[in-house]
Amino acid sequence: MTGFADHLIVAPVLLPLATAALMLLLGEGRRHAKATINVLSTAIGLAVAVHLLRDVAQHDAPAAFGVYLPGNWPVPYGIVLVADRLSALMAVLTGSVGLAALLFALARWQHAGVYFHVLFQLQLMGLYGAFLTADLFNLFVFFEVLLAASYGLLLHGGGGARVRAGLHYIAINLVASLLFLIGVAVLYGVTGTLNMADIAQKLHAVPDSDRGLLHAGAAILAIAFLAKAGLWPLNFWLPPAYAAASAPAAAVFAILTKVGVYAVLRLWTLCFPADAGASAGFGGGALVWGGIATLAFGALGMLASQQLAKLAGYAVIASSGTLLAAIGFAAPALSGGALFYLASSTLAGCALFLLVELLERARQVEVGPQQLDDGDSALPAFVDAEPPPDVNLDDEERALTGRAIPSALAFLGVAFTVCALVTAGLPPLSGFVAKLAMLTALLDVRTPAAWTLFTLTIVSGLCGAIALMRVGVRHFWAAHDRPAPRLRVIETLPIAGLLVASLALVLQAETALDYTRATAESLQSPKQYVDAVMSARPVGRSPERAP
Amino acid sequence: MEVVISIAIGVMAGAGVWLVLRPRTFQVLIGLSLLSYAINLFIFSVGSLSVDREPIVRPGVAADLAQYTDPLPQSLVLTAIVIGFATTALFLVVLLALRGLSGGDHVDGREERP
Repeated sequence: MTGFADHLIVAPVLLPLATAALMLLLGEGRRHAKATINVLSTAIGLAVAVHLLRDVAQHDAPAAFGVYLPGNWPVPYGIVLVADRLSALMAVLTGSVGLAALLFALARWQHAGVYFHVLFQLQLMGLYGAFLTADLFNLFVFFEVLLAASYGLLLHGGGGARVRAGLHYIAINLVASLLFLIGVAVLYGVTGTLNMADIAQKLHAVPDSDRGLLHAGAAILAIAFLAKAGLWPLNFWLPPAYAAASAPAAAVFAILTKVGVYAVLRLWTLCFPADAGASAGFGGGALVWGGIATLAFGALGMLASQQLAKLAGYAVIASSGTLLAAIGFAAPALSGGALFYLASSTLAGCALFLLVELLERARQVEVGPQQLDDGDSALPAFVDAEPPPDVNLDDEERALTGRAIPSALAFLGVAFTVCALVTAGLPPLSGFVAKLAMLTALLDVRTPAAWTLFTLTIVSGLCGAIALMRVGVRHFWAAHDRPAPRLRVIETLPIAGLLVASLALVLQAETALDYTRATAESLQSPKQYVDAVMSARPVGRSPERAP
Repeated sequence: MEVVISIAIGVMAGAGVWLVLRPRTFQVLIGLSLLSYAINLFIFSVGSLSVDREPIVRPGVAADLAQYTDPLPQSLVLTAIVIGFATTALFLVVLLALRGLSGGDHVDGREERP
């Protein structure tokens, strides 16, 4: 990468920041202007992320790492941004989820609070930054940015349930942030650097007397990430918080747990690879068994939950558990499948959270007629069409055959089915491809933990299928002739988009799996990453002047 | 000095953990603040404690940690203080909102039934 393309690495961070600042200047009104700016900025962010992905996918190491020095300081001293395959993949997922949630919010939720658009852009900035940074303390700062924005988004819309869940969410995350700081401080005390690549490089030289301290620091840091990722038993805050959040906020939160998974994956593979001597694979067993416990907890929670929103929360937990357990084996083929699963489950989780609101609205139609202020953009209902003249009529003088299913209900049904298939991992959709890739790789590991995860992956799929089918039956088969719900096109568009993206993952499964496997390979040999970062040089400065 | 700093960190962290586990929102808030003070001191102390050493390089004195104190933990503490202050303020707002909505100061929004 040379010239202008180099600066694109920092664009996903700067763009949302500038957009948020601009929208703050616009004041409290001008909703249309803000919405337009927000959509444009989010779309450009997604385009940049896709560009980064295509760029890193085309090259092999060392060109597969885009290294950017924001302050133009020499490497171990300044902050470094790195776009590698994993970062680019996460950035693309962030952009897709963000755009979908934003489009959904345009219909109703953007009116529920003044600073929705600003908070939304700051949330995106924190996410992009966390995925792109290669500096441990900078990661902390971006974590705080995304958390602070998520506190605001969680409370968006107000109400007792949200405030109550928000209080727990904020308290838990503040404690996790403090643990993050302890971990960073200990790692700095042991290695004397905050640059991730530099830390990885210096871990070999840590004396044995400091190794206990190093492990303690790494474990404390991991607890902070795992609390974010929703590892059992650190995840009791998650279902109530995600269920209480407004639909677009919850949809964005679908990727927040993946930030924790990403941080664990990045730092763990970087610091404790197989050739790290006394620290090789430190904590791998804890990741595997913790992930397995989380998966079991998520599957049971899905079966036990009455509300669809809680069920979606437990689905997020189950997918986190699968990912953490699969990553913990440090087998490239398995991690490759897990990354494919990450993409698939993030898209499906986001779509599920958006669907929750529409389905709940469909249920409320039974209680009372719905208030829809702009009926023009609603999907056609088809129910008022005249029956053809030569059709048998029932007792209420309505046609027995050829009765059109309201398109809104048809859309909800199809979308929910697709979503359920992806979430539960049933063929022929992307969840199945991902689970198949992971199960095949698990067969080669052959340890008790691998067999446990193998069994549990299948059983949890069954649990998910049962739970989702029960919800589907309750929502779509229950009432015979209830009024059809009315949906706006702008609400159905993002869900359809996410599900089409999920379908595209299946159609392009070979390409996608190649990409994720290459990602996993490069993660398991962190030397390329370290070399790429350490060999970066400031622009326009002669080497002898560098300190 | 190490002993004094350690005891200070330990006492504040202990009190902070105890308060965070209490059922009243204000106690949780004070506990979080105490914890963050303890951790700020902790970050400060990982740069190895020293007396009367400056972080800024003077001309004529070799730039190594034998002559100076480590400037990085100080900047980290500064960032951590700012972020901690902002999030604590936010927590305070949510605390007041919950108090207004539920009429009590229990963290779950309602009193436990005995």
